[in-house]
Parts: sequence; structure tokens; C-alpha cells
Amino acid sequence: MTALADPNAEGRFGEFGGRFVPETLVPACQELERAFHEAWNDAEFRAELSRLQREYAGRPSILTECHNLGRRLGIRLILKREDLNHTGSHKINNVLGQALLAKRMGKKRFIAETGAGQHGVASATAAALLGLDCKVYMGAVDVERQALNVFRMRLLGAEVEAAQSGSRTLKDAVNEAMRDWVASVEHSYYCIGSVMGPHPYPFMVRQFQSIIGDEARVQMRELTGRDPDVVTACVGGGSNAMGIFSGFVDTPARLVGVEPAGGAAVGRGVPGVVHGMKSFLMQDEEGQVQEAHSISAGLDYPGVGPEHSYLASIGRAEYPSVTDAEVIEGFQLMSRTEGIIPALECAHVVAWIAREAPNMQGATVLMNLSGRGDKDVAQMMQILGPSMDVA
Amino acid sequence: MSNLESHLRTVRRGGRKILIPYITGYAARWEEAVRAAAAHGADAIEIGIPFSDPVMDGPVIQRASREALNRGATLHKILDGVRLLDVGVPLVVMCYYNTVYRCGHERFSRMLAAAGVSGAIVPDLPLEESTEWCAAADAANVATVMLAAPTAPDDRLPKIAERSRGFVYAVGLLGVTGERETLSSSATTIARRVKQVTDLPVLVGVGISDAKQAQEACVEADGVIQGASVMRRLLDEGVDSVGEYVAQVRRAIDE
Repeated sequence: MTALADPNAEGRFGEFGGRFVPETLVPACQELERAFHEAWNDAEFRAELSRLQREYAGRPSILTECHNLGRRLGIRLILKREDLNHTGSHKINNVLGQALLAKRMGKKRFIAETGAGQHGVASATAAALLGLDCKVYMGAVDVERQALNVFRMRLLGAEVEAAQSGSRTLKDAVNEAMRDWVASVEHSYYCIGSVMGPHPYPFMVRQFQSIIGDEARVQMRELTGRDPDVVTACVGGGSNAMGIFSGFVDTPARLVGVEPAGGAAVGRGVPGVVHGMKSFLMQDEEGQVQEAHSISAGLDYPGVGPEHSYLASIGRAEYPSVTDAEVIEGFQLMSRTEGIIPALECAHVVAWIAREAPNMQGATVLMNLSGRGDKDVAQMMQILGPSMDVA
Repeated sequence: MSNLESHLRTVRRGGRKILIPYITGYAARWEEAVRAAAAHGADAIEIGIPFSDPVMDGPVIQRASREALNRGATLHKILDGVRLLDVGVPLVVMCYYNTVYRCGHERFSRMLAAAGVSGAIVPDLPLEESTEWCAAADAANVATVMLAAPTAPDDRLPKIAERSRGFVYAVGLLGVTGERETLSSSATTIARRVKQVTDLPVLVGVGISDAKQAQEACVEADGVIQGASVMRRLLDEGVDSVGEYVAQVRRAIDE
């Protein structure tokens, strides 16, 4: 069980979080809060979720020690292999929980937003398994750069709608999903894909993802006999990072969430309110939300989950950023040295580790490899060229 | 009692239904549109402060907001324009909460008051999150209009009405702003439910799409707010069309 604190009655982590939604959605958020609380404390619900995690998602995910890359960098590098889960990322952990909850609440329709498509694919998958109608909103730009995931969702029976507003990326997919929910709240369940949105989502999604940290803590002690010195993960909304941080927040480990330079909400944002939450947000002087720009669709988001803002504000976690160029290097570095193609999101973490390694010599670094890179291969082939001449 | 409330109560006491058109600030010719609306029978006018992520708005007001931002809309420019309007009816701003939060509660409320704005509607600031803003707005004599949605259980409506100033904004349907073919039955239902718990004027907005629907909504409500139907005319047809439309709705609800 995580040592992270629960939010207060208003859904706040310190000053961050809350429930800034249209009045239409307030009763739905309150209903969801009650339903989650009951389900989470219901042994039968937890047993069913555990069974699906084990028999369907393939948990527990393993640890892999990166001997080659670790030796090269002068650190002990260990991966938590969320990329090996069914559907290829950590997203399934949260989605199975929320889909079971939707069923329990009697909702027939499952709405999701997606950036890179991983949450959309996981949602479509859980909806297919549990017999829910699934609608996924995805920014039009992302529909183009993640065409394979769009087809996967359709293959799984989901309807995918391209969000044409604003920057046409994840932020706008969230807007469209919220507009859908405002209109369909009586019979639809909105499955938010990260530790963001109005209360109880940031808390609930963290609880569903805390299985990553719970497993990793035990596995690290088995493998290395101790807790890691550094625990690191990429941060867009921040659910995979919250998941692994949750297992180590009460240890002395350095917690490091790596943001893209073009979407560094904690690093470059100031407190603001969008998508139902108060959190660090990239915005201008007028409070207009700025558009994120990242090579990775999954991190192309100007905000961040409120609990990350809280951990940053109290100095418990740090949030460096890396550039797209560093990410492209990191993507190839892990592929070539370890035979593991990471998701572009995770290549951010590889890039930070490679840059920071001189300051971490001899340290044990646990990295959450939250997704596999198959979805990014076409995009990287365009960037690097089919024969990789530019590399 | 706020200026807004006393003005709207006077309209109601005179046996008239209340008409509030919405105009997005800094849309092309927005100031002329506000004047046209006032000249053709608006009892108050709602001025939208455009925001990058308007989650309560449908395609028309999204487009109006985006175009206004592309034209260089800022809070200061809009309030500078508002200050000079002098249209003889109360003005109410509609803005998303990040605009308020970024500016600062007290500063924002003072800026509104200084520009002659009587009220504020903040659609993503529900009751539970509204304490700080409402205190600042009350102190500046800016009426914070709360929204009441069809999803609210019976025990929630009196709390919303009690915190609301000026009038209560009854949300006419489950959904975002925009025009619909017919009036949702939820529009009259929510108006009736809110009227049962408050003496404040109750206006229905969201999905009131033409003069006939406005008339139908006014069977229960004290008045209507017209957003997308006004803005579509301003964006596609121009200022004259706004004036004609407001006059048409005025006639329909005065019948």
C-alpha cells in the first residue's frame, strides 16, 4: 500500500487539485467519488480487479536489469517492464479498474481521451472485454502520427473521433471528451487516462496505478536487497510516474519525473485551472493555455496531474525536462544497447538518465518503462530515414 | 441587492420577460453588436471573455472565441471596450475560471467593477470551489451568477440559489452551448425546479435556439439567455442580423 497521502475532503493535494467542472458534472463527480470509495473497499471488487490484472493484463510485470547500458553509464539501471503488459503500456492498470467501476455503476458507454493512443487502445480493449460501448477522442494531429493505434482501437470496436479544435492534440481531446460527458453524463462513464481532471480522478487513477510501485518495491528488494537510489519515469499527465513513485515516496529515493521541454508544466508552468483541476499549467499572462509541442504525443500536454504539482511544491520530487533531440538519441540508445525499443515517452527518461549519469555514478536507478515503442517506429523511421543514414 | 438583481426585478415586476443576449468580447464588430442588442430590446448583455479551452461551449462559441483570440483579444482590451459602451443596460461577463484565477480574485473583481460590469458568470466554478471568488466579487459589488443544472439533486438547488446573485442561470439541457432543433423538455423542468426554491429571477440558457423556443422556455422561466444563436448571426451575417434577431425574440417573449 502506498505511503502517499489521500487528498483532503475537497480533493486537494496541498493547494492543488479540486473539482473545477461545469455544474452539470458536479453530481457525477460526487457519485463517482462515492462509487470508487465503496469499490476500493470492497474485497470482491479488488479480487476481480486482481484476477484481471493477473490473467488478462499479465501482471505482475517483471524487472529487467540493463547490464549493457548500466555499465556504459556507470550506474545500476533497472527497468520496471510495464511495456510488457497487455496492450503495451501501464494504461491497462487504470482502465481495467475504471471499466469494472463503470460496470458496477451501471454505465453502458465508456468515453476516453487519448494522446499517443495507448490509453485509447487500453480503453477500447477493456470495453471489448466487459461489453461497454467505447468512444475515444484523439487530437487530429495525433490521429495522423499514431495511425496504427487508431486502427487498433477501431479493430477493437471503438469509435474514434478526431478532435479538430485548438492545437488538435491531447489537450483538445480532453476538451472534446468533457463536452461529450456534459451531454451524456446520465449513461456515460468518462475514463480519464491519467492522474488529472477533477476529484476523484487524480486520486483514483493513482490508486489504480499504485500496483506498479507496490510490485516494484518488493521486486527491488528481492533483486538488489534494498530500495533504489533514484526512481524515475516520464510525466505528461503523470500516471505512470505516480504509479511507481507511490511505492517509494516513503524511502530516501530521489523521485524524478521527466517532462518534455515543449510540455514542461512543472518546469515552466505556473498554477492555473483547466480540465477540472488546479495544477501547474503552461499559460500566458492572460491565463490562456499554451499549446505543448513534443515529439511524443503522449506527453504533448500543457498541464500535469495535481499531485505532481504538490510533490514538486514540497520538494519531494523533481521535474527536469529533455529536448526532442535528446529523446531521439535516447530512443536509439536503449534499442541498441538493450534490445528494448522504448515508447517515445519513455525515451525521455532514458535521455535524462544518460545526461544525469555523471552525477549518479554507482547509483541504483529504477526506471519505469511504461510503454513499448512499436507505436512509434513509423514516426521514428520518418525522422531517422529507413536506412538510418542520419544516425 | 446588486444592481443587476434590482434591474432584473424591475423588468419582471413590470410584467416583462427578461432577455439577455450573449456577445463574445473582441469578436469582429462586437461593440456594435452589443449596441444593436441593447437597442433592440435586451434587458442586460452577457459579454464573453474568450478562453483557449472553453469546455462548456459548442462549435459556434468555440469559433467565436478562437477568432477573437486570433484578433488579439485580451481581458484588458475587452474591459477597455466595455467601459466605453454605455448602452444603458447592465453588463455581465462570462469567463472561465482560469481567467479569474490568473488575474487574481480581488484584482479581477475590481477591474470588472471599474469597467462598469455588474455581474460575472464563471461556468467551471461550481459552488464548492466558489468561496474565495464570491467573497471578492461581493466586496466589489459584482454579482456572481451561479448555474443550476438539470443533474442537480433537489437538495442542491437551494444552496445554489442562495449563493447566486443577480439571477440564477438555469442550464437548459445536458450539453454544451449551441443551437438545437427543438427546446429540450429539461429547460422548462429546471426553470420550474429553480423557481420553487428562490425568489431571484431565473433565466434559462444553453440550447435556447430561436424566438419560438425562447417563448416556450418563458412559460416557466423569468427570461432567457441567447448565446450561439446570436453569435452565429454575428459571425456569419453581421451586426444588423443580431439586432433583427434580438428584436424578434423580444417580440416573441412579450406576446
